[in-house]
Amino acid sequence: MGYSIAYLSLVVLIPLAGLLIRVSAMSWADFVRVAFSDRALAAYRLTFGASFIAAAINAVLGTLLAWVLTRYRFPGRKILDALVDFPFALPTAVAGLTLANLFSQTGWLGQFLVPLGIHLAYTTGGIVLALTFVSLPFVVRTLQPVLEEFEVELEEAAATLGAGRWCTFRRVVFPALLPALMTGFALAFARAVGEYGSVLFISSNKPYVSEITPQVIMGWLDQFEYANAMAVAVVMLSASFAILITINVLERWASRFQR
Amino acid sequence: MSIELRQVSKRFGSVSAVEDVSLTVADGELVALLGPSGGGKTTVLRMIAGLEVPTSGDLLVRGERVNDVPVQKRNIGFVFQSYALFKTMSVFDNIAFGLKIRKTPPAEIQTRVDELLKLFGLDGLGRRLPHQLSGGQRQRVAIARALAPRPSVLLLDEPFGAVDAKIRQELREWLVRLHRELHVTTIFVTHDQEEAMEVSNRIVIFSRGRLEQIGTPREVYEQPKNEFVARFIGVLNVLELTILNGAARLHELSFPAHGLPEGQTLRIGFRPYAVQISRNLQEHPYLAVIRHVYFLGVQLRLELETPSGLILRTRIVKDEFLRQGLEQGSSVSFQIREYRVLSTGANSLSPEVATVHSAANFAEGI
Repeated sequence: MGYSIAYLSLVVLIPLAGLLIRVSAMSWADFVRVAFSDRALAAYRLTFGASFIAAAINAVLGTLLAWVLTRYRFPGRKILDALVDFPFALPTAVAGLTLANLFSQTGWLGQFLVPLGIHLAYTTGGIVLALTFVSLPFVVRTLQPVLEEFEVELEEAAATLGAGRWCTFRRVVFPALLPALMTGFALAFARAVGEYGSVLFISSNKPYVSEITPQVIMGWLDQFEYANAMAVAVVMLSASFAILITINVLERWASRFQR
Repeated sequence: MSIELRQVSKRFGSVSAVEDVSLTVADGELVALLGPSGGGKTTVLRMIAGLEVPTSGDLLVRGERVNDVPVQKRNIGFVFQSYALFKTMSVFDNIAFGLKIRKTPPAEIQTRVDELLKLFGLDGLGRRLPHQLSGGQRQRVAIARALAPRPSVLLLDEPFGAVDAKIRQELREWLVRLHRELHVTTIFVTHDQEEAMEVSNRIVIFSRGRLEQIGTPREVYEQPKNEFVARFIGVLNVLELTILNGAARLHELSFPAHGLPEGQTLRIGFRPYAVQISRNLQEHPYLAVIRHVYFLGVQLRLELETPSGLILRTRIVKDEFLRQGLEQGSSVSFQIREYRVLSTGANSLSPEVATVHSAANFAEGI
């Protein structure tokens, strides 16, 4: 207990406190001017918006993937299962580079998609794509154990009571998965908000348009405006914190049926 | 509602789970499917429910073939061994589930669920979640849920498996009462012969995917068709005899030869109650020593050992045991009042042979 608190303080709390102390040296007016500048606001919107969309996409596709991996036995299942962890292992800069290449006008997929009007490289869509890629394992890996343990009898019971497959999923399976799904969503979202490397490559990084918050922070750092960088960082921090707490509360509500 | 299986088989890959089973269950019956685990009884139940599709054979309900009718359309109530209650729903919502699926008006659902809660002694628990209930309550919710949409058949898979012995006894009696009140055709699976005997009108005995015998509890106990059934239902003494000098013999024991040729082997079986003992060593033809006494309540089970080392089991009422002044180690004389020929010849374990020879060979006395 003592060790884990000491460890937690060392790794998480002390840096955070340092951040806050540094920021508290700024005047309130300065803080607001920097932290809520138009450029920063546009970056927040993009960061949280794109992360939310990415986490939402993963909530749907990740559930599907986890379902297929746990319920079906097919050749190559083990390989597919291992591939889910790929985004964990790959340096995100490499991921961004690859995706940018793939979807740019001359890329493998881009050469077909761009003529159709689908621009994924260097756009907001590209950012969502990169964030979806890096955060996918979180949803799959949180849902998998829950699905493994899910009793098939529950679905059979619903069927004997007259429920079709969709109805069974909606009324029986989904509510039972919801807490894990929300955890997965929260983790994916948190991961996406913190993502930097891959976005750097796939986004055009234009201020106000396709610049995410970490880039704004980097921008300030490049100009040796440490305080300004920290002001933006504090907003990020508070927002992430608030969102995680909200999700935690919702999760608790969704898992009220558990002991 | 009547149910009929005609030569139904089920294979899972290369494994044969049920082989050529034919059976009929009449409207309103309470039938037990009994057998050791892996005997195929649960598979039969699941096929009736529509959770498994027979590999071959026909499944008829009210005379109509339902092999291809999906589980949702069969109008059956199924109670799982694990109860499979919906954890995310309250007791009320669990019971109401089938009614909601059928788009029953809310007022009607309310009335029906309240009625069931009352019938099942679950008043006031409607708002609880499954994890807040005891094992017995959970099971009753599972049965109430299965019965709510008024199914034409109630199927229960090992309904009393997951609760402790005391509650199990209560639940058995309660199931019998419930069946008497609702009169819905009920089929349940069990591996406990006592439970099957006590609860059901008829017992269907399975072993290794085959149907061994169908009959009332009394029939399967008193007239088992083969050695498997005889051994499975209650305790059975089995002896392997050889025909020698015109009688079937094993050590000092001898029985009528039933017209079998010299040297032929013969297996016989008899229930413990068929072995009569007496303190008076002259009263019965054979001698033995009481090796062990098992206390069963009103009755005692005794293990007898003959001078040649044969072990036989018998039962005696406690009062009689005390009246005769018997105890462990006492010498007694005994006789075997009745026995059944289980099989004859070399292929003595084959059930086909057993059924042929056991039909009439019921000998009284020696």
